[in-house]
Amino acid sequence: MSSEHPNRRDAARDDAASGSDVPQNVDSQTGAGTMTEQEAAKVASRPFGTSAVARNSGLVVALALLCVVGFITGGERFADMDNVMTILRLAATIGVVSIGMTFVITGGGIDLSVGAVVALSSVWATTVSTQVMASDTHWTLLVLVAILVGAGAGLINGLLVSFGRIVPFIATLAMMASARGLAEIIANRQTQRIKYVPEFLDNVRGNFLGIPRLVWIFIFVAAVGWILLNRTTFGRRTVAVGGNPEAARLAGINVKRHTVWLYTLAGSSAGIGAVMLMSRTTTGSSTHGMMYELDAIAAVVIGGTLLSGGRGTIVGTVFGVVIFSTLSNVFTLNNLSSSAQAVTKGLIIVIAVLLQQRIAERGARRQVST
Amino acid sequence: MQGMQIEDDQNVPLLHMRDIEKVFPGVKALDGVDLDVRAGEVHCLLGQNGAGKSTMIKVLAGAHHHDAGTIEWMGEQVELDSPIQALELGIATMYQELDVVDGLTVAENIYLGHELARGGFSRRSEAAQRTREILHRLGHDEISPHQEVGHLSAAGKQIVSMARALSRDTKLIVMDEPSAVLDSEEVENLFRVTRELVSQGVAVIYISHRLEEIREVGDRITVLKDGQTVATNLDAKTTTTNELINYMTGRAIEYVFPERRADNHFEEAPVVLDVDNISDGERFKDVSFSVRAGEVVGLTGLIGAGRSEILESIYGARPRVSGEVRINDQKISPGSVTAAVRHGMGLCPEERKSQGLILEDAVYRNITLSTFQRTAKLGWLQEGQEREQARKQVTDLDVRPTDIHRTVRTLSGGNQQKVVLARWLLHNCKVLLLDEPSRGVDVGARTEVYRLIRDLADSGVAVVIVSSEVEEVLGLSDNVLVISEGKVVHTGPANQINEHQVLDLVMEGSVA
Repeated sequence: MSSEHPNRRDAARDDAASGSDVPQNVDSQTGAGTMTEQEAAKVASRPFGTSAVARNSGLVVALALLCVVGFITGGERFADMDNVMTILRLAATIGVVSIGMTFVITGGGIDLSVGAVVALSSVWATTVSTQVMASDTHWTLLVLVAILVGAGAGLINGLLVSFGRIVPFIATLAMMASARGLAEIIANRQTQRIKYVPEFLDNVRGNFLGIPRLVWIFIFVAAVGWILLNRTTFGRRTVAVGGNPEAARLAGINVKRHTVWLYTLAGSSAGIGAVMLMSRTTTGSSTHGMMYELDAIAAVVIGGTLLSGGRGTIVGTVFGVVIFSTLSNVFTLNNLSSSAQAVTKGLIIVIAVLLQQRIAERGARRQVST
Repeated sequence: MQGMQIEDDQNVPLLHMRDIEKVFPGVKALDGVDLDVRAGEVHCLLGQNGAGKSTMIKVLAGAHHHDAGTIEWMGEQVELDSPIQALELGIATMYQELDVVDGLTVAENIYLGHELARGGFSRRSEAAQRTREILHRLGHDEISPHQEVGHLSAAGKQIVSMARALSRDTKLIVMDEPSAVLDSEEVENLFRVTRELVSQGVAVIYISHRLEEIREVGDRITVLKDGQTVATNLDAKTTTTNELINYMTGRAIEYVFPERRADNHFEEAPVVLDVDNISDGERFKDVSFSVRAGEVVGLTGLIGAGRSEILESIYGARPRVSGEVRINDQKISPGSVTAAVRHGMGLCPEERKSQGLILEDAVYRNITLSTFQRTAKLGWLQEGQEREQARKQVTDLDVRPTDIHRTVRTLSGGNQQKVVLARWLLHNCKVLLLDEPSRGVDVGARTEVYRLIRDLADSGVAVVIVSSEVEEVLGLSDNVLVISEGKVVHTGPANQINEHQVLDLVMEGSVA
């Protein structure tokens, strides 16, 4: 029918166009009416800014409550500056690992191997320094080896997930088992003391400007992480890949390569965590970093990063780590068992996630449903 | 059901919804909707996107609870608090996004939620037997009850969805744009099945943007606008298009394909995209064509003919086993979207929501998704610049609402499509591939989308369009390729072929 006039779809519709005398007061685009659309826009605008503040304010309140409990039950002992530093020092190692985890989770993955990688990195580093090159080892070698081993393990994870197409849970579960096993083989199940490179301990331990160096490392890593996630193309890619990998791929983002980078980053941060743990304990051991993966995931999740990917917050993760560290400190000060602590931790995770869902639902209800 | 009963039912409508209101925070989605549906009729629900149709059927399905108004079912007032309640009354809904479980078999899907079981053990053979009966009733004997649903085409999934509705004692089936995923042959089958159901006393609420369909299958029409019933009890056969569009819009819509600009002499322009004998070893074979700057080439054919696969393969999103794709004489390595995008290609995918957009992210970030890395300086995002670029696109393309920080999920289909188009406009692409550009876009916004596509071509972009609507392809394109079963069966100027001829070609190709 349209061979003569390929540009005319339907004559009747043309009539509709010319024959109408209805004033053009309704806009087809706004659908449900201009007024309500504008109201909706007002409510739903800047959902990121406002809800991020709301989420973080929840974390601030939770931390403040914990501190009040700590102060009431522990008094001076809790508020003491040394104790505060203890809390932060404990938070630092797991904190660095959690920053890496935040990236992987924001990118839509998960890394169960970080704890085992901490162990492997520590054992590998101490072996290299104490057994291979004993006397004239420079302390930075220890640091370098630990981070490289972590990055290597992460790289393998990333390759397995991206190119081997193994789901992250399984790929990193396999790494978790084999990294821990390899650590045991290397260390021969013995704890290796760092004694030949005292400069390492001197440089990584101790204080700087009255604050433990470990805490400085955490602050530094968190700051770099924040910038990376919020201000760089790497961060934007991470959010895009986690939010909708197919859309990201079709928009021209190299999703596979980026995924490899994400796991390498998480492995590297586990390597840094190993360095910190070695300095704190003055040892390398295949039992280091037990359950770190779960602590890190818990901190990331209560911080407000979506476990399904697409939204991540470094600030939230830092809060999550500090909250758990404070909790553990308050329990220790009150001579409560670690079992009771574990139960409380579980409760906090559930409550935090329930609250997050509330916030998410409130956000969803704002949206126009047509 | 007996004839007498139908007589009775016409006095008392099967379903009578009165003054239904539904408020979402910030939006009154339904503001006094009236609807009465009789047993044994196809009742069409018309309205633009955002008019409240989807909310309406969600209320009817028990997914949303209405805030005011009453629902009467066979003369008795009922409350629909949950989907189960609606199903138990005999109201089944076939959603636009087919809600089948890919990992289960056809029979398992059909009896999902009301499995045939005795003492906790499922009766698989009986389920299979009944499934076969229902599929036979629908005229789809070729679908096996044991087939995994994930392997079926969209049309097949829709049949499963319909079979599921029939597996219960259903008195009313709500079909939300059932023809959107079907080609014309399958649409005919859908109509046949619908008529059969109606003759058995089942009522159907039929939602569609396509007026021709409504005229063919419908009995009565109710028109919604801005959450209100603006007209009801219209005769589907005799009400004119003019009248219907006036009800729907309050303004007349010019549903016209824009003309090519006079100074667009694409015939003399250089070839930008050259597709040379590509095959993917599976769905299509030896496809060749070229597109000049400023030219629109359309690919048409039945759903499943391999049209989308060809586009994806050109774009590198799908591997190909032989042939070459060149942009300005430069070879594009197969299987790499990144390379294609770097060479200036862009794709608006078929499934906008799952393939095109990051739904939870802001509008501006979706617009700059392909360009933020280019805008960035040494890996540092230039968010200010990005927002500025996005704002310009939002203004140019008239995306509503204009707030670039809004999550893209909250936009209507037409505006979401504009966001994807804006992304590629910003990318300055030389070749734009469009897969079903008007799917889920309402009548008013369609004209705008067509205008945008035409403008793009006139500005020198090489455009390739795939669409199930033959008229759309013919109306928008300069040259057309007809695809049948993965092969090009016809190539030629769009104004030298009509819809009828295209269908003839396609049918002939599918004889084998």
